[in-house]
Amino acid sequence: MRAKAAAYPYMAWTLVFIAIPLGLILYFAFTDIHGGFTFDNMIQAGSYSSVFVKSIWLAAVSTALCLLLGYPIAYLMSRWRGMKSRTLLLLIMLPMWMNFLLRTYAWMTILENNGIINQLLGMIDIGPLPLINTQAAVVLGMIYNYIPFMILPLHSIMVKIGDDVIEAAQDLGAGPREVFSKVVLPLSMPGVKTGIIMVFIPAVSTFVISQMLGGGDNQLIGDIIELQFLGNTYNPNLGSAISMVLMLLVLLCMTVTGFLNDENMEEKLL
Amino acid sequence: MRWISKTYLGVFLAFLYAPIAILIFYSFNEAKGRTFTGFTTKWYVELFHDAAVFDALMTTLIVAFVSAAVATAMGTAAAIGLNKMNGRLKSVMMNFTYLPIICPEIILGVSFMLLFVSARGVLSAVSIDFQFGWITLILSHITFNVPFVILNVLPKLRQMDKSLVDAAMDLGCNRWQAFSKVAIHEIKPGIIAGFLMALTFSMDDFIISYFTTGAKHQTLSVLIYSMTKRRVSPEINALSTLIFVVVLTVLLIYNLMGWKKEKQLKMRRKGGGSFEEIDRM
Repeated sequence: MRAKAAAYPYMAWTLVFIAIPLGLILYFAFTDIHGGFTFDNMIQAGSYSSVFVKSIWLAAVSTALCLLLGYPIAYLMSRWRGMKSRTLLLLIMLPMWMNFLLRTYAWMTILENNGIINQLLGMIDIGPLPLINTQAAVVLGMIYNYIPFMILPLHSIMVKIGDDVIEAAQDLGAGPREVFSKVVLPLSMPGVKTGIIMVFIPAVSTFVISQMLGGGDNQLIGDIIELQFLGNTYNPNLGSAISMVLMLLVLLCMTVTGFLNDENMEEKLL
Repeated sequence: MRWISKTYLGVFLAFLYAPIAILIFYSFNEAKGRTFTGFTTKWYVELFHDAAVFDALMTTLIVAFVSAAVATAMGTAAAIGLNKMNGRLKSVMMNFTYLPIICPEIILGVSFMLLFVSARGVLSAVSIDFQFGWITLILSHITFNVPFVILNVLPKLRQMDKSLVDAAMDLGCNRWQAFSKVAIHEIKPGIIAGFLMALTFSMDDFIISYFTTGAKHQTLSVLIYSMTKRRVSPEINALSTLIFVVVLTVLLIYNLMGWKKEKQLKMRRKGGGSFEEIDRM
């Protein structure tokens, strides 16, 4: 009985700092500035549907590319043991520990009109090519920032696939392609799901990457929300309505991948 | 096949590190622009004399340590309580624990902002002046840090041998002594891991700080954000270089300790046994 009481401060904290703030989003989404009930914010949020589509599209492309590019890395790393695999893991995690604003800023200096790439191209009389302020630049920024979130869960699932399982498949006559499609891929699916969620959610809700690499033409949902709360068009009611739609989108995405129904949530999140 | 995978790995690592290398390169560039005119360390000197950077660094450290400490205390207690709970209440609380981790950070950030704006409104009615600043930063950082502590401590509690606490109590400890003298040592690795995680996430956070910071004190990441808006400012390159060096040093020390342990174990086992167990340590 008394041990349970140890959780009471946390429960009170959760009520004040999680439940009430999220309740406030709901409240603001359905009220006007005078506090009266209204659907106007939701209708107005609907007018941003093209921004929603763009955000989902860019985030989906980035997630797919992260999976495609990260999967071989995770697999290679999982087949190594000891110091070699530790060093590689360290090398992949190291940039992640640097503030993501600095990492994104680094890409600005590379892609700018007078950035490195265009300077090099200029030497052979090409360009300057419009590299920055494009959708491709935003996707690149997302991949660069979030690919470790794909590799790490994949790796932690793949190290559990024993070499003996793969050897058994080979002994039973499976070629490399079959070993991959019938053994490695099915066994790594939980990691794939976690990786997709871990990349897609920050990518679909980002506002920094789109601001720094996308220019004014590539506003995403995150930018619109940020504008309502900290921009010139201070409108927390509309901002809340858009945030609510974003939250629903994220929940939908998790339900589709079956992320929420799974057991051992703890392992996946850490 | 071999060389393809090795080449791919090399290209991938180049992709990861090229941007950082370029930042470091430009931090020693004399000119403000993108053309290299000569070697200099003046941006580092300027950085060290920048009062705003120093203030932001202090804010970041204070917010990180205070919020990580509070989160660790509250999270450890919460894990102990949750471990004893069953049924509906537990699953509700666990879902609330996952929520800040899964929820897009921007939504968490704006929800905190709405809370503090509302609180400011209510408090000004009773003529209490409540401003965004250290308090709002620390409160919101505690909130997103607690789940990491809970999720690190809970598994350790589950793995703990229950009879240890019973034995302590049979030997005359009361509940508190049984916890502080026995149980806490069993779950210590989880508590430490939780604290370190909270500390790093707090120091690294931008989005939530951005929505809860005040006009006076900014965290380092919020300052960096305003620096990137000004575009060309070589100080930011110098700052990146320093942060990179710090992170590299910390990770190297941490891993060298791990490697040493591994080597000792390997020698003890004389090369026998699998590495799996060692990897898990």
